[in-house]
Amino acid sequence: MKNNPVLRVCSKVLFAPIILYGLYVQFHGDYGPGGGFQAGVIIAAAFILYGMIFSLKNLKKVTPPSVVHALMGIGALIYGGVGVVAFLNGGEYLNYNYLAADYAKGQHWGIILVEFGVGLTVASTILGLFMAFAGFEFSDYKQRKRR
Amino acid sequence: MAAMLIDLTLVGFMLAIAVMIMFSHRLFAIIVMSGAYSLISAAMFVNLDAVDVAFTEAAVGAGFSTVLFLAAMAWLPAEEKRDKALVVLPLLICMVVGALLLWGVMALPPLGDPSAVVHHHVAPRYLAESYDKLHIPNVVTTVLASYRGFDTLGETIVIFTAGIGVLLILIGATGRQPSPIPHDDTEDTDEK
Repeated sequence: MKNNPVLRVCSKVLFAPIILYGLYVQFHGDYGPGGGFQAGVIIAAAFILYGMIFSLKNLKKVTPPSVVHALMGIGALIYGGVGVVAFLNGGEYLNYNYLAADYAKGQHWGIILVEFGVGLTVASTILGLFMAFAGFEFSDYKQRKRR
Repeated sequence: MAAMLIDLTLVGFMLAIAVMIMFSHRLFAIIVMSGAYSLISAAMFVNLDAVDVAFTEAAVGAGFSTVLFLAAMAWLPAEEKRDKALVVLPLLICMVVGALLLWGVMALPPLGDPSAVVHHHVAPRYLAESYDKLHIPNVVTTVLASYRGFDTLGETIVIFTAGIGVLLILIGATGRQPSPIPHDDTEDTDEK
């Protein structure tokens, strides 16, 4: 699809604003609609658009699957880690009141960090799934089964 | 009244799309129409003032699922295999489940009823605390990430596990290592 000038130009123009919007949704979740889940999908959508227009091979150069697969776990670990930090500070697991001296500030930090973890996991999972689906070779699968 | 009218229009659209999906045999058309179906249900959530849910539905249901279906479609025949067999049992199951759901809906309190039980358990405390004490105007985020933090942790783990499972099936089946440089540079199937 890279040879179609309309698609190529439009996707190049759209790529950065989509990511910017995703970041806005991610970090503005406290004040408006949105949060990690939605932001993750939006950011992944930008990369999927890139992959659809400029081929999967180029997408894999931008976001290597090994990195994407690692980020899936890192996001979940960030979420769990926030809980552990609260735990070590003397509170219950995931009790954000204990993250900072002021409990309102602790809640703010906790929510932002947790949403970041969620966004990371969702974005990388969706991107990883897309790359796996788009790169799936049926002939390989059949060969594998025959063996 | 206006909300009611919008709802009725949207339900009309959804019914029309559902019937069109039922009678269509072209896979591509069905996928695009199910995306439109999700988009309309997102509009319905906006009408219910559930903006966060609408957001998710539009991004995941209308956006990503459609892309995944299209990616999966490459491995399927374009036309559905027409099955002339009798469909009494599925029809019966659908009707019974539909009737049960309608019966369940009857018992729900009317939409926006302030005296409903759900609005009197923990919700008033969340609403009062979220803005005055924590200064977070979006109560949905507070409930999702803080008050119900364990649930959201579970959701994240579910997404992670589901992703790992699908990746194991797809990459494990082909035996391809997830390498940044594709091992076979001669084939270029993605640039059709």
